[in-house]
Amino acid sequence: MWAGINELMERIHASSSEEVVSEYFERIESSKLNAFITLSKESALLRAREIDSKAHDGSLAGIPVAIKDNISTKGTLTTCGSRILTGYVPPYDAHVIEKLKGAGAVIIGKTNMDEFAMGTSTETSFFGAARNPWDLERVPGGSSGGSAAAVAGGEVPIALGSDTGGSVRCPASFCGVVGLKPTYGVVSRYGLVSYANSLEQIGPFATNVRDVAALFDVIAGYDARDSTSVQREMNYSSELRNEVSGLRIGIPEEYFGEGTDENVEKAVRNGIHTLEDLGADLAEVKMPHTKYALSAYYIIAMSEASSNLARFDGMRYGLRTDDSDWHTTFSQVRAAGFGDEVKRRILLGTYALSAGYHDKYYLKALRVRTLIKQDFERAFRDVDVLITPTMPYPAFRLGEKIDDPLSLYLADVDTVPINLAGVPSISVPCGFSQGLPIGMQIIGRHFDEAAILRAAYTFEENTDFHTRRPGGI
Amino acid sequence: MIGKKDLEHMAWLSRLELSGEDKERYTPKLNSVLDYFSELDEIDTDGIEPAYHVLPVSNVFREDEVSVPTCSLSQEEALSNSPKKQDGFFKAPRMM
Amino acid sequence: MYENPDGVMIGLEVHVQLNKLKTKIFCGCATDYHKDPPNSHVCPVCLGLPGSLPVINKKAVEAAIKVGLALNCRIEEYTQFYRKNYYYPDLPKGFQISQYDFPIASKGQIIIEGEDGELIVRITRAHLEEDPGRLVHEGTIDRSKYTLIDYNRSGMALLEIVSDPDLRSPKEARRYLDKLRNILEYLDVFDGDLEGALRVDANISIMGGQRAEIKNISSHKGAERALLFEIVRQKNVVRRGGVVVQETRHFDEAREITLSMRTKEEAHDYRYFPEPDLMPLKVSGWAPEIKETLPELPDARRMRFIKQYGITDDQAKSLTGELVWADYYEQVLKIYENEYGEKLDPKFAAAWINDYLKGEMNYRGSTLTYAVGKVSHHLIWHEYTVAILGLLKHEKITDDNAVIIFRNLLDSPRGGSDWRPVKKAADSAENYVMRILEEKGLLKVEGDIVETAAFEAINENPQAVADYKAGKEKALNSLVGAVMKKTKGGADARKVREILLVKLG
Repeated sequence: MWAGINELMERIHASSSEEVVSEYFERIESSKLNAFITLSKESALLRAREIDSKAHDGSLAGIPVAIKDNISTKGTLTTCGSRILTGYVPPYDAHVIEKLKGAGAVIIGKTNMDEFAMGTSTETSFFGAARNPWDLERVPGGSSGGSAAAVAGGEVPIALGSDTGGSVRCPASFCGVVGLKPTYGVVSRYGLVSYANSLEQIGPFATNVRDVAALFDVIAGYDARDSTSVQREMNYSSELRNEVSGLRIGIPEEYFGEGTDENVEKAVRNGIHTLEDLGADLAEVKMPHTKYALSAYYIIAMSEASSNLARFDGMRYGLRTDDSDWHTTFSQVRAAGFGDEVKRRILLGTYALSAGYHDKYYLKALRVRTLIKQDFERAFRDVDVLITPTMPYPAFRLGEKIDDPLSLYLADVDTVPINLAGVPSISVPCGFSQGLPIGMQIIGRHFDEAAILRAAYTFEENTDFHTRRPGGI
Repeated sequence: MIGKKDLEHMAWLSRLELSGEDKERYTPKLNSVLDYFSELDEIDTDGIEPAYHVLPVSNVFREDEVSVPTCSLSQEEALSNSPKKQDGFFKAPRMM
Repeated sequence: MYENPDGVMIGLEVHVQLNKLKTKIFCGCATDYHKDPPNSHVCPVCLGLPGSLPVINKKAVEAAIKVGLALNCRIEEYTQFYRKNYYYPDLPKGFQISQYDFPIASKGQIIIEGEDGELIVRITRAHLEEDPGRLVHEGTIDRSKYTLIDYNRSGMALLEIVSDPDLRSPKEARRYLDKLRNILEYLDVFDGDLEGALRVDANISIMGGQRAEIKNISSHKGAERALLFEIVRQKNVVRRGGVVVQETRHFDEAREITLSMRTKEEAHDYRYFPEPDLMPLKVSGWAPEIKETLPELPDARRMRFIKQYGITDDQAKSLTGELVWADYYEQVLKIYENEYGEKLDPKFAAAWINDYLKGEMNYRGSTLTYAVGKVSHHLIWHEYTVAILGLLKHEKITDDNAVIIFRNLLDSPRGGSDWRPVKKAADSAENYVMRILEEKGLLKVEGDIVETAAFEAINENPQAVADYKAGKEKALNSLVGAVMKKTKGGADARKVREILLVKLG
């Protein structure tokens, strides 16, 4: 069930997409992962048959794909894991959905996520927590936990997530799959329901780097409907080579600090040495503002979120409570529709932007963001990629941190600086700690996805962590 | 540190009705986060430009041309998700 | 010197809809929604659907620069959009994309006719923003049981033009608005006749007190009325020993009063921050080129009219005060010259077009745009005016006939009646006018007929003749009147007078 795209292509040619897609649905239907919020079985099978009736055109012709539920899909519920979007069926497709359809992919459903992508565990979903396939009592990570769990659990070969502060890389790390956060601007955000616009990108998941690159090739590219979209033509798959000699790897010690699990540190350092053995050069780099990234990130994300989520008022779509006067109804719809974590972030974001606090929080955070960007710019003068742990520890238990927001935020310490700088980053499996996967984060220069994909691919070709599968699910 | 009054003001600005219990639960959690954020006070950012955007791009436009059908929804599509509607309009509660 | 006895200070925020653009400011929806059903000109962007993103309409930015330059503003090197966070059902995203720090244009000025001569009104800034949707209340806003929302207007490009508080009376406020509208029409960026094209918020204070902000003013007349009411209200507050509080007030157009909107909403905190979905603009470099393309503006045209045509300042002001009249005047001169191979006396034309025709239309509450028709009848009206002026000039019809023809043209229902000139290929405008006059028996009467009528008039009115001969000059007028009556107004009154004088010796 963990077949890659190439193997699936062969099976589709030998039998049919319909048969392949049906098999995945069978597996999902007996799943304990709660990885999906909405399944589109009928439309998926219809689409598979349609593709079977043609010549299997397109790089993903007939391949099943799962979509995080904060990406707009025409005619299919899009909930963002929130009650407030009850019944919302978008009348339009996100840019990435148009691209996937164009490549012949078969969308099988919408995956579970932290409500409005606000979380690191997929426990804040209105539709219940998703589970980690390696240990059902543990979280799959978040906020794209459903997508990562589905891929790790063999319920879909490839999936899309979104990464605002680590929401692709964290669950990739916790679930032992590969996840990529592209350079800001490389994938159109048109149709991605905004959490924090200046930070986020849609990113691919797969069990291996080659499939991540293949999916990335489909979704990347300029879109005139996103003003932050960048014009660049690249074929990432063709950049994959088992070759790192001369690659300069920077190791920022700030990412191996206090709070990093011993086994995680060991696995990542081993990973780095594997690449060194294959011909890469290592260098220590200084990123002095790293410790401030978390605060800066959360202030910016919450500020933007408080404004982004202002549109959910129950007038045009979603939940509507009984009518009182307008302002009261508005407040009640939101009280009933949002969960605690979303409310807290809206309140804090409102606070950070409000009169008297705007400069202390919001503006200050943006200045710190400049310093963090500069840390990266300096580091990338001397090295080609940076390698760090993706997460400071492996997947934690369900319920372990959910009542302590700050401790949950602290889990993002190694992923958020990347979003502040807008650089690309990939998480690849690099080891295990007591049966739980560990992810290694490879970070690149702006628009240099090719370098991190190549490093990740080389690592994968020379290790077998990505081939291990969870048992007992 | 935010007190009850601040929280109520934020709740009003955010259009979030909070129960008494919500306020009790939220206040310490919000304050522990704000307390954490205060670490930013340590850094001197005088003369540092705020990074509003991560890429140095400006002047992104579209031409003044009607985009059909990528833009524009029919009235039926526009209203299709509305919980309440009337005569082609969205229906909101009374203003006062 | 105007004393400004109440120490009135008025600043206006004028929201101009750039409705000549083909599409909205941040999406490709067409702007021609005015006659269409609600929510039929919308898309994910202007409906604020989750996941949609704005992209700036380049032409909207060009139009803003154009206006900025015409208002003598500085075009800023760096400008960007902000989110203004507040809630109203007409605002589909819960924030309005507007500008805050770094507006596109600032520090300009225009000259208006003030209470005591020319007044310089400083323009604080002009910035771009998106228009909210339209709300429909059943009855009034305070009694309606629900609110209906139409988002067709949502996302229309607005330019907000903010003045310093330099205006000292409601009359000056109105003149400022007239001037602004005049300039905007010359720039061809907006059609002021469309519903909601221009909306005004007014800040007003008296005697150095706190200011009230009056919202919901939708016409120039409304602005004057609202401000007149507000001055009286504030004076009454002061007279009773009270203090005017800073607040937002709603103008009730029907009752011509302003109402306090004192609610919890007063505690506004817009939490402005730069719109992360839009990139900043560096467009000051466009200004020189756009400046080249600026049309002749009202003040310049007025000066030229005086100099080139020798008409009075009042006539020039009146004609150039509305683009359509200024154009009409010059087009008539031009068409006349083409038609007759000679120049039409511009003073004669100004007397007819400005002093007479404009008055007739104002009297009827009609506008030239309406009378001329937006497209198809445009040239026809020009040609008929040329024909009438030509016939007058060549003394083939009388002033009275001309007036009758103009009045009948104005009073004819559009598209009906034989008075409505319908141009036929073979029929020149002049032939048409002549034929109509002939059919109505209104052709100019000359020669024997006038002589005969004069002879009859003298015979039939011995008393008037006696009075005249006794030195009563006025008696001649009744004789002229009698002749005109006999000739159904077709005679030239001046000539009749000459003939009578000869006959009476």
